[in-house]
Amino acid sequence: MSGLSPRGAAALGLFLAAMLVLPLFANAYIVSVLVVVLFAAYFGQSWNIMTGFTGQLSLGHALYVGLGAYTAAALFVHWGLLPWVGMIAGMAVAAVAGGLIAALSFRFRVGGVYFALLTIAFSEFTRILFGHFKWVGATEGLFLPVSNLTHDDPLRLRGSPTMFYYLLLAMSLAVLGLSHLLLNRRIGYYWQAIRENEEAAASLGINVFRCKVLAMALSAALTAAGGGFLAFYDNNLYPDTAFAIGRSIEIITAPIIGGLGTLFGPILGAFLLTTLGETMTSLTSGLEIAGLKQWLYGAALLAIVALQPAGLWPWLRRLLRLEERRR
Amino acid sequence: MSAAPLLEVQGLAKRFRGLQAVDGVSFAVPRGGIVALIGPNGAGKTTTFNLIAGVIVPDSGSVRLDGVDITGLRPDQACRAGIGRTFQLVKPFAGLSVLQNVMVGALRATSDMGAAREASWAILERLGLADKAESAASSLTLAERKRLETARALATRPKILLLDEVMAGLRPTEIDQMVRAFADLARETGVAILLTEHVMRAVMALSHHIIVLHHGQKICEGTPEEVARDPQVLECYLGHAPAAGGT
Amino acid sequence: MLFLNIIVAGLLTGAVYGLMALGLSVIFGVIRVVNFAHGEMMVLAMYGAYVANAATGLDPLLTLPLVTLALFLFGYALQRGLINRYIARPEHEQFLLLLAVATIITASLLMGFGPDARNVQLDYAYDSYQVGGVLLDKVRVLAAGGAVVGAAALWGFFRFTRTGKAIRACADNQVGAQVVGLDVKRLYAVTFGLGAACVGAAGCLMLLLVDVQPYIATDYTLLAFIIVILGGLGSMPGALLGGILVGVSEAVSGFVIEPSFKSAFSFALLILVLLVRPQGLLGRA
Repeated sequence: MSGLSPRGAAALGLFLAAMLVLPLFANAYIVSVLVVVLFAAYFGQSWNIMTGFTGQLSLGHALYVGLGAYTAAALFVHWGLLPWVGMIAGMAVAAVAGGLIAALSFRFRVGGVYFALLTIAFSEFTRILFGHFKWVGATEGLFLPVSNLTHDDPLRLRGSPTMFYYLLLAMSLAVLGLSHLLLNRRIGYYWQAIRENEEAAASLGINVFRCKVLAMALSAALTAAGGGFLAFYDNNLYPDTAFAIGRSIEIITAPIIGGLGTLFGPILGAFLLTTLGETMTSLTSGLEIAGLKQWLYGAALLAIVALQPAGLWPWLRRLLRLEERRR
Repeated sequence: MSAAPLLEVQGLAKRFRGLQAVDGVSFAVPRGGIVALIGPNGAGKTTTFNLIAGVIVPDSGSVRLDGVDITGLRPDQACRAGIGRTFQLVKPFAGLSVLQNVMVGALRATSDMGAAREASWAILERLGLADKAESAASSLTLAERKRLETARALATRPKILLLDEVMAGLRPTEIDQMVRAFADLARETGVAILLTEHVMRAVMALSHHIIVLHHGQKICEGTPEEVARDPQVLECYLGHAPAAGGT
Repeated sequence: MLFLNIIVAGLLTGAVYGLMALGLSVIFGVIRVVNFAHGEMMVLAMYGAYVANAATGLDPLLTLPLVTLALFLFGYALQRGLINRYIARPEHEQFLLLLAVATIITASLLMGFGPDARNVQLDYAYDSYQVGGVLLDKVRVLAAGGAVVGAAALWGFFRFTRTGKAIRACADNQVGAQVVGLDVKRLYAVTFGLGAACVGAAGCLMLLLVDVQPYIATDYTLLAFIIVILGGLGSMPGALLGGILVGVSEAVSGFVIEPSFKSAFSFALLILVLLVRPQGLLGRA
């Protein structure tokens, strides 16, 4: 919304520079962790368009990750389509699915908590359906051939984690830029108006239904592109993990912790949660107590929601004066 | 004023679960005219507004704006047809700045962000909110929120502005300010105004024409002087409830 | 006849589902908070009954009052100490809060008991009654009977006690309740306690029928959501009806199509109901 202050712009520049050069110094483990961070940031940013900007709580975004992943992977495995082409196909599939779910819900005036639960229902339904979908391997899983290339091939998405890191960084920046752009255009204003008050938005000539369906379709499509990318990073797909409700929850935790509806919240949240998770893992690895890691993670979530319920980014930007102040 | 009225309401009726909220109401608002819709609580004023603005669909009757039938349109379509409205219970976009609130309205008329920003500034200045432009809408006082509602509706460039009790809860000096602002607005921009109001002082000072509703029916209409003298009005409305501010 | 047996078994299991969902419905109906930790509380109760059985050898039906009381206190304290501060906050913050609570409950159980499935050994586990050609499992009959008693007790509480009536007044009009001097904070805590007590009882009963492990919590949360939305969020008879519907539909689809499809069927039912009648079968429009 409001622009970055000079300090904020400098901080963003530094951050970007650090992200660009990090893999040159970091070991394989750090790069793999950073890839996890970027996935969380990317998915969180995509989800934020629907829930943060437009105010419609979607708890089933794993559906679009799964659709994107399966579409891209299946088209590659069966027909040899390039990953990037498959990702575009996946985006189309997810946009249609998301648009349909939104259209059905909002046409029948399903909103709020009911909408949130409906998104879970669609996601879970699809998960079970894919468990019986033989063409994509059903519960046996779908596997991408692993080739031992000596060089990175970005076109076919075969290569080192560092290549995935840079591509994902570019995708994350693209979706960040797109969010920024949309938020400062008419559609972004309309989305935020709908989030704040639908009735008032309609009285100002906004076609609320169409704007909400558009937000969902776009959010779903962007999520699906990340899903397609994830398929080629992981090289294997199972319905129970691709469409897992746990994944839906992961997707939304980072932006909420970072600050729902803000531009930089999803990235900040992704960094924090991933780092937190990794720290917990290394702290508890020697102890061999099942559940300790999750326990600490839960306690940390509780602490954040208790201390900064509106998210950490609004707090941080005040603290460090990263944004231009409103009078 | 041209011969054909801007807004023409014919035999409007709406029933809610056995209660006839609006019962065959007809009236017209001329171009550039300021018309007040008054009546005791429950007379059907807000329902009439909602029928005109498309929030509820009438059982029978029609609404024509500038010669176009807009009966039963959705609120957003009604707005695009030229109806700007405020809400009795204000509904600001609390998380946005005052300027952004108005820009949402201004973007109805233009998709150019710069143009929308300029138009919004002009409206904020007209309504005395310019120095609050960058504040969060949630930080405004009630009086300011009411003005923000008006500014937002005005920014959609309506042909007619429906003001639902925008003076309620304001101090007398604030009311006089608002009356002046609206009178100037109608004179300078040519926008017509249809308002409901309990503050009789404002109604009498502002309106060219008054329509009195009671139990969903129109019982009288005329100039402020005529209405103030009408025995039926005194009986059912002013007689029972001496209005705040006096007439 | 086999088919009828399956329907009856589903019906009886469904009654226990209904009692569990009743807790979610009561909490939402009064406090307007969706308890995303509902399944976790259910599993907590199941472990409570398991521990009591392992320590003393007592039947979960006998330790049920104690577990129910424990869950009531847990729910009361949770609402009073934590959730109450979030009741006027946006949905996503409530969601995150209860997600944190759910994570901690599951992790605690994992730390205490490990990931393996646990169950209770009952000497009547394979007994059954023959009623007019229909075979009734004894455990299911007992579980369903317990669920009906639990639901009736809750209904009686809301109908006849002062506190119950006050809570209903609170649900209808929170501000009004405050105006007439009701201690809304305490009533909310009692309500959440009662919702937790429902899963407390339901958990003990469910342990008669199935094994327990920490990770099944999410499934129960989802199940409870499906049921209350089917029946109508906030409607007590609706929760029971929804529970029985889901119980039967799971049993039938598990038999007719295949077991892995049984929850898909429930989700399809949920989607259908939400789209055709969003307020649920017995919910108020």
